[in-house]
Amino acid sequence: MTAVFRHELRGNFHSLTTYLFGACLLAFIGLWAMMYNLQAAVSNFEFVLADSCLAFVVIVPVLTMRTIAEEHRQRTDQLLYALPITTVQVVLGKYLALLAVYAVPLCVIAAYPLIFSRYGEVYLPTSYGSLFAFFLLGAALLAVGMFLSSLTDNQGFAAGIGIAAILLNYYSVSLSEYVSSTAFGSAVALYVLILLLGALIQYVTRNEKLAWGVGAVLLVLTMAAYWLEPAAFEGLLPRIMTQLSLFERFYVFVNGVFDWTAVVYYASVIGFFLFLTVQSLEKRRYN
Amino acid sequence: MIEIEHLTKRYGAVTAVSDLSLTIDSGQIYGFLGPNGAGKSTTMNIMTGCLSATEGTVHIGGYDIFEEPRQAKKLIGYLPEQPPLYLNEPPLEYLRFVGEAKGLRGEALREQMDAVMEQTGITAMAHRRIAALSKGYRQRVGIAQALLGDPQVVVLDEPTVGLDPIQIIEIRDLIRELGRSHTVIFSSHILSEVQTVCDQIIMIAHGKLAAFDTPANLEKQLLSPSEIALTALAEPERAEQILSAVAGVAGVEVRDRTEGRTRLLVHLGAADMDQVCRDIFLAFAGSNTVLLELTPKKASLEEVFLELSDPAAPAEAAREEDAR
Repeated sequence: MTAVFRHELRGNFHSLTTYLFGACLLAFIGLWAMMYNLQAAVSNFEFVLADSCLAFVVIVPVLTMRTIAEEHRQRTDQLLYALPITTVQVVLGKYLALLAVYAVPLCVIAAYPLIFSRYGEVYLPTSYGSLFAFFLLGAALLAVGMFLSSLTDNQGFAAGIGIAAILLNYYSVSLSEYVSSTAFGSAVALYVLILLLGALIQYVTRNEKLAWGVGAVLLVLTMAAYWLEPAAFEGLLPRIMTQLSLFERFYVFVNGVFDWTAVVYYASVIGFFLFLTVQSLEKRRYN
Repeated sequence: MIEIEHLTKRYGAVTAVSDLSLTIDSGQIYGFLGPNGAGKSTTMNIMTGCLSATEGTVHIGGYDIFEEPRQAKKLIGYLPEQPPLYLNEPPLEYLRFVGEAKGLRGEALREQMDAVMEQTGITAMAHRRIAALSKGYRQRVGIAQALLGDPQVVVLDEPTVGLDPIQIIEIRDLIRELGRSHTVIFSSHILSEVQTVCDQIIMIAHGKLAAFDTPANLEKQLLSPSEIALTALAEPERAEQILSAVAGVAGVEVRDRTEGRTRLLVHLGAADMDQVCRDIFLAFAGSNTVLLELTPKKASLEEVFLELSDPAAPAEAAREEDAR
């Protein structure tokens, strides 16, 4: 794993996109910090982070698009399969290298609240709590981006679906509020989502039985739940989306609450997508 | 060293390798021969742990490649058909990564890197980007990578494809040199290459083992010489008339006729080749007919290869080649 990690890290720091990633993150946060903390003289650094997280929509896919898609394209994945290391080690090594790249600009950013606190009252626990959550949010998105990169050998395609996926996650709550909040409306919206999930499974695994199976089971369960307890479906979609949204979890920290369930949630998302990445790589070995 | 048992690989409805079993001993150069699409690369990919098998097992030095991949892979160095190179890096960095992944550290890593770069002749290129290297040098970097970690078996998938003649000779010499200290398995669809370099030939066709022997034995074992090609300065009828009088001639076939010359193919029965050749010569001489060519046809490995590759049309293609 250390071999892959060191190699990836070296590769990352030789690539322009890494510097682009760092520069964009610093520029975005710097801009908001200037507007909020300097010009408007607000002492809450967490607001800066809350508004900056939109930057992830673009910069995370730009950083992750190369990581595995490029191995597929160059056929260097054959080397990784032939080396006496496991796929788990490869994925972990690559992911840790991404985290290291991500941590560098964050270290710079971590100095901001301290600097500001010299010139005014800054509540540091919330600032650093939010920064910690900001790190977790980015880490979870990196895991998602890496998984998407493992699905294709085209970097551009990996970046494109990465942007779409993160954007969808970013706006999922506000979008879900447009759906009728009646029980029936929620149920219909859920059906549509289940069908989309089925289509996604079909696309990713190319296993028709699995896609139909998962879709059918979820549909039947939803239908049964709807007949038994229609009241529970009222406003259900926004509630589910709030639970699933990576960004919503982060805003809790911005509001000054250190939410352990969110930490667990981020860790689970990271674990889940790293697992999927391993499976995606293993699948190539099985064709 | 390597034991392959009942190996089968299916891609959907297509069977790439079917029930392949063979045992490879250490310390020799094995040529893996077969036409394109015969299943060579698939077999090599499975052998090195890059691909799963549908059925069957592969043991490397006693370790199952699917059950104990780490131990098994340590014994193998593999160069896939397309060398898996990070083009943005110089060979030095690339080899350091591969060496580290193979568990080498510090002094041992440095020594081995120097040794394999020396052996493959890329020391002078160590600091250039791989993207800037020629195809021959890239192939060498790929081989250097396979040699790191001192594996007992080196597997090279079509290492000479796409190289110029000088590079091909250099790579062949390198393979011969490697054969002194390693078991080398290399695939090719070029027969002469395998013939000159290998101690043993593994022929594979349609995903099945077609033959496994030394080049000399393979030639001996197949197609006992039973044909004589001859060209006479005579009309076909005249030539056939002369030949029909020779004892031991089982059949005559006219292949070609141009400007009074006739090319014929004479099939022998169980008769002795040298005796029949003598008799044919004397018969033509006796009837004052000029004989321009008299060639006893020996089975070349080429014919063996073609026959094994396509059981439906034995040696047919070889004859067409001959007619040209």
